[in-house]
Amino acid sequence: MKPLADVISQDTPWSQIHTLMLPAYLETWLMVGIVMLFVVTLGGLLGVVLFNTSRHGLFPRPAVNRTLSWIVNMGRSLPFLVLMAAIIPFTFWLTGTTIGIPAAVIPMVVAGTPFFARLLENALRELPSEVTAVGLVSGGSTWQIIVHAQLSEALPAIVAAIVLNVISMIEYSAIAGTIGAGGIGYLAVVYGYQRFDNHIMVATIVVLIATIQLVQFIGDRLVAALQHAKGSYSS
Amino acid sequence: MIEIDALRKQYPAPDGKVVEVLKGISLTVPDASITAVVGPSGAGKSTLAKCISLLEKPTSGSIRVNGEDLSRLSGETLRRERRAIGTVFQSSALLQRKTAWENVALPLEWLGVVPGEITRHVGQLLDSVGLSDKAQYYPSQLSGGQRQRVGIARALALKPSVLLADEATSGLDPDATTSILNLLKQLRDQFGLSIILITHEMDVVRRAADAVAEIRDGQLLQQGSLRELLATPGSRIGQQLFPLQPLELSGDLQLQLTYGDRALATDWISQVSQQHQVQVDLLAAHVEQVGERLAGRLRIGVRFNHRPVGLQVLIQHLYQLGINAEVLESQTALQEAV
Repeated sequence: MKPLADVISQDTPWSQIHTLMLPAYLETWLMVGIVMLFVVTLGGLLGVVLFNTSRHGLFPRPAVNRTLSWIVNMGRSLPFLVLMAAIIPFTFWLTGTTIGIPAAVIPMVVAGTPFFARLLENALRELPSEVTAVGLVSGGSTWQIIVHAQLSEALPAIVAAIVLNVISMIEYSAIAGTIGAGGIGYLAVVYGYQRFDNHIMVATIVVLIATIQLVQFIGDRLVAALQHAKGSYSS
Repeated sequence: MIEIDALRKQYPAPDGKVVEVLKGISLTVPDASITAVVGPSGAGKSTLAKCISLLEKPTSGSIRVNGEDLSRLSGETLRRERRAIGTVFQSSALLQRKTAWENVALPLEWLGVVPGEITRHVGQLLDSVGLSDKAQYYPSQLSGGQRQRVGIARALALKPSVLLADEATSGLDPDATTSILNLLKQLRDQFGLSIILITHEMDVVRRAADAVAEIRDGQLLQQGSLRELLATPGSRIGQQLFPLQPLELSGDLQLQLTYGDRALATDWISQVSQQHQVQVDLLAAHVEQVGERLAGRLRIGVRFNHRPVGLQVLIQHLYQLGINAEVLESQTALQEAV
């Protein structure tokens, strides 16, 4: 008769970990990649509109600004797990499924967009007020001022915001593992949690920590390069 | 030439009332001249600057550049017409992630000027502000004065006829201030610009302005050529520009003198002393060259050698020599003479 420890422990041998980990890791990045595409586009648009409808912006509309701000706050006030469960009908209507990567991408976009919108709005708010004024007196159109003055000047802060968002999305993708989204979150839940596979659990943790550190490191270097090469407001 | 007429600006206050920041300002700045707008903090200078640079719409009144009212424009028309007014900001407000060259080129690129023309024009502009060798520098690599020069070049990119410099020398060191003021004077003459210099620095006014307008509580208190205002006895701007320390009474008569609006006989002290048999003591003086002439305020004590001199005769004589005089104090001897 086998000892009890052997019965409950079904650790995947270390030599086999990569066969499970590698595809899961790629799935995670696939999810994060797709999500970030939407988040940066939609959240970026929302952030620009949020800033420019404020009284410092190019087209101040207090009522629109308050409404958008309220929506953004609402999107950010729900914990991701709750949000994911709450919008299942919407996700199903959009993707025709409630499990897997498509089902995870929708709540991740819904959660990430207001987050990025607020980060971008803050990045624009940090700019000196003269940036917009210079755009106006230099005869720029709304589009020219937003792209060549506001966003261009806020680029280091925007890159930092994207890095922050990517890290959040990696975290969310792991939570999405609970609805069978795939990725290393799913691996950790199914193998590590439900099957007591300590090796998978440890590997997942190591990979997640390494990934986040690497993303942050690359992000920081990128931001520093953007600031040093071309000056910054803080210097 | 820019003509500002009866400009008013009101803002809604949080308590539902209306705050009037500009209460009917009228100001004309002819071509090829520099007018300084002075006033204490909260006088309405910044609001006036925002209205002139068309960043704020005035509640009423007009801002005419070469006859056309720009204050009522909006949208695409405003965008097209606002190039008549170039604006230089206090902090130079350069885009930090663009080089000096790119900052100056930006308005031209936005206007859709062809690249060859942009290269030529930006080169000329950087040359005229003396920064040809710094074209590829980023703002963080330039000094405060150099940044401000780039700001001026950018403001001139669209060939405006009016240049608004809003506290353009604030925060600059004395050398940089001097070079910026000299540059503004040079541009005034070179391009015939109407320059409005909004400032709280009296030294800047003294060194660069042809005319001065003083605003306080949103109203224009006095306005005129610098020399006129300096030579007006009791003028507040004269007092601010050429402050004199109060002094102990000396001599039989104390006079406050101003000059600058007329040709001055530089040997006036000897002339007056000889003709009226008096001794002139210079008690305080603040005299500088403004434009072509000397301008300033002085305080003198007059001592009578033998007999009192007729006051009106003395003042009349001083006037003929190019000096405006007002009596500050007089002793009994004088009273008797009068």
